[in-house]
Amino acid sequence: MSGSLLNRWFGKGWLAFGFAFLYLPIVALVLFSFNDSPVPNAWRGFTLKWYEALAADHEMIAAFWLSLKIAFFTACASVVLGTLAAFALVKYRRFTGRTLFSGMVSAPLVMPEVIVGLSLLLMLVSMQRALGFPERGALTIWMGHLLLGMAYATVVIQARLQDLNPQLEEAAMDLGARPWEVFTLVTLPMITQSLMSAWLLTFTLSLDDVVLSAFLSGPGSTTMPLVIFSRARLGLNPSVNAVATVIVVIVAIGVVAASYLIARAERNRSLDMAAANRAS
Amino acid sequence: MKAMLSRLLSGRSAVIGIPYLWLLIFFLLPFLIVMKISVSEMETVNFKDIITYTDDALALTLRFTTYLFITQDDLYYKTYLSSLKYAGVTTFFCLLIGYPFAYFMARAKATVQPALLMLVMLPFWTSFLLRVYAWKGLLSENGWAYDVLVGSGLDQVLAALGLIPAPAQLMNSPFSLVLGMTYTYLPFMILPLYSNLSKMDMRLLEAADDLGATPFVAFWKITVPLSKAGIIAGSMLVFIPCVGEFVIPELLGGPQTLMIGRVLWDEFFSNNDWPMASSVAVVMVLLIIVPLAIFNKYQAEATEVRK
Repeated sequence: MSGSLLNRWFGKGWLAFGFAFLYLPIVALVLFSFNDSPVPNAWRGFTLKWYEALAADHEMIAAFWLSLKIAFFTACASVVLGTLAAFALVKYRRFTGRTLFSGMVSAPLVMPEVIVGLSLLLMLVSMQRALGFPERGALTIWMGHLLLGMAYATVVIQARLQDLNPQLEEAAMDLGARPWEVFTLVTLPMITQSLMSAWLLTFTLSLDDVVLSAFLSGPGSTTMPLVIFSRARLGLNPSVNAVATVIVVIVAIGVVAASYLIARAERNRSLDMAAANRAS
Repeated sequence: MKAMLSRLLSGRSAVIGIPYLWLLIFFLLPFLIVMKISVSEMETVNFKDIITYTDDALALTLRFTTYLFITQDDLYYKTYLSSLKYAGVTTFFCLLIGYPFAYFMARAKATVQPALLMLVMLPFWTSFLLRVYAWKGLLSENGWAYDVLVGSGLDQVLAALGLIPAPAQLMNSPFSLVLGMTYTYLPFMILPLYSNLSKMDMRLLEAADDLGATPFVAFWKITVPLSKAGIIAGSMLVFIPCVGEFVIPELLGGPQTLMIGRVLWDEFFSNNDWPMASSVAVVMVLLIIVPLAIFNKYQAEATEVRK
């Protein structure tokens, strides 16, 4: 039995090591944003001056709002397209070109972003020459992010749709519900959780993207990651640490709030189901 | 109106057609355009059409100079090779750290597993760019990782292995590049492995134990083969994007660490040579097409089998 005990401690140690590896940089980022030194990796005392500087940093603030806007619209559109694609893949086992379709849905997940960015840009440039639109800017960045976001949203939603019991939808149809009603009344409430996590995931993906944005942005449409990237390229910069901390806090609040809402929705649903079981 | 909408949305043609069309226009078509531009001649602002119709004659002009250049210039060859090498090494380290991690996660108490999973997912939600930037601080002089590695003398070993240019110089080296890529892509390895390992039938291991197999033999002969799908999925999720990675080499790599993503970027943004950048992209796709096919096959299987 001592072998299994050793095994248990080794396992715990490995997990602890792994999590330390994953979280160390985030802790360092946050900690050194309060560091009173122009080089943010040796502690010299507590300060809030980088946050004051951030509040006056118009370039960063403008970029932040633009990124937020693009991320919001990316997440909404990704969830819609992702739901459609996931539905097509789960509900329709056979249609013309299904292999091509499923390949195209999952390829952006792994395709190096420089290739996606370059090809999308060259297409948009050709399109602009032929049709006169779209100008490079927020709209074109959104298109690029949507391509990536849709792939992630599809995977998340598809996983949930597969686990659904198809009998529930069949029962609703037998009881006379129209397809649209089946979707809104039966399917949608059951996949809400995955829609929310897909929304959050694509939102953060878009908020974070450098490469696609660099290819697709035009003059005057610099997103926050582009500003951060251009500063980080030059070296260590405490303003980047301050931005990082703000983002970490926003994300933490968002994730906690979302998991709370998801947990509550799950609880309500199981209460409803229990009540329905008692009634029958 | 509502009836019309319902008919439209219930129609399977709409459910399939809308995302299909979107992907054809924004994913497949752009790639065909890249292929076209890689063989077109660049005039001052425009490209010459590859198919021209003059004097009642249809002419197809393909220009392969960029491809010739790629095959003849040593630098491209070396860069492609070193991109594959760094992607391979990163995949190896992700598997080395990630497999035991996912294994112990899947064997943890059922009550703590959701929390562990959440903890692996969380870094996903915080900016990847900022986490890579953080390593820049950790590995620079006086950074935490710097102090640990230099304090323990491990930097001498790394320097002797040629992974860093000189002792106490951790940044902008093959070491910092692989560290950054392993760090960034580790969750992509852990998640598919975990979802695979957590579904394993534990009775198989009990049976092996009853039949006298040592834990190690049982692990090697049962657990590892059964998790093959997870290993393949995780490895592809790490390897393919690493080949063309740009941000991490730019922030953590150095002059010695040749990566093809940076070359493509420079051809496009610095040299403004679009046909060259396109050719570099086409050759990169050729390199990753086999892993990509394996990944797609796995993805398709994972979705069909579970039903």
